[in-house]
Amino acid sequence: MAHANGGEAVRPRPISPHLQIYARPINMMMSILHRITGAALYFGTLLLAAWLIAAASGPESFAQVNSFFGSIIGQLILFGYTWALLHHMLGGIRHLIWDTGRGLDIKTTDTLCWASIIGSVTLTAAIWLGAALV
Amino acid sequence: MDLRTPLKRVHNLGSAKEGADHFWQQRQTEVANIFLIVWLVWLVASLAGADYATVRGALSNPFVAIGLMLLILSGVFHMRLGMQTIIEDYVSDGLKVVLLMLNTFFAIAVGLASFFAILKLSFGS
Repeated sequence: MAHANGGEAVRPRPISPHLQIYARPINMMMSILHRITGAALYFGTLLLAAWLIAAASGPESFAQVNSFFGSIIGQLILFGYTWALLHHMLGGIRHLIWDTGRGLDIKTTDTLCWASIIGSVTLTAAIWLGAALV
Repeated sequence: MDLRTPLKRVHNLGSAKEGADHFWQQRQTEVANIFLIVWLVWLVASLAGADYATVRGALSNPFVAIGLMLLILSGVFHMRLGMQTIIEDYVSDGLKVVLLMLNTFFAIAVGLASFFAILKLSFGS
């Protein structure tokens, strides 16, 4: 290709968007997060099942499962589970709104996406603070 | 006997031959889950740190037991459909068939084990 500036070597311009320079839109991030939280919740259901099975099995197994949920790792998992649950739920409500054909313009889309991430973080914090204080 | 023409039979069913079934069932369980999950979060938070007798007593309450079973039913249905979409998006050929089967097995196993535990809490010793 002939160089317009007289043959000097110039850095080739990017020819397509790349992940490193791509300004990631919030709805794209929320879409990815919706799928990730969904997949996490899929396996997180085992936590609920384990809790119910332990309660049905007797005091010893219930104490074992409870002590795991009470440990630092257990609490971290439960905290993450709470957030994933609420985030996936708010994302689902957003999709229900979109399913009706409403809110699909860029401005409303961005607002709804920001509302779901801010809402899920706030609700998770509120629930854990509430449970710790009461 | 099906009196519809071949064209009418496949109309609106799309390339997957099942129409909007997956979409609709996903939405239906989603709406149910919204209510049931809000209730579950409240239930678990109210039982956090409670002793065995209290938890057992709460879980064997008929309304709680029925609510939990509704949640498990709607929940495993919804998560099976969601994981099915993920598998179909990323996996192809033989492995896809295997994973789709495992997906169904997992959902049913988790659901039935939870059901059994809830029923045992209500009726068992």
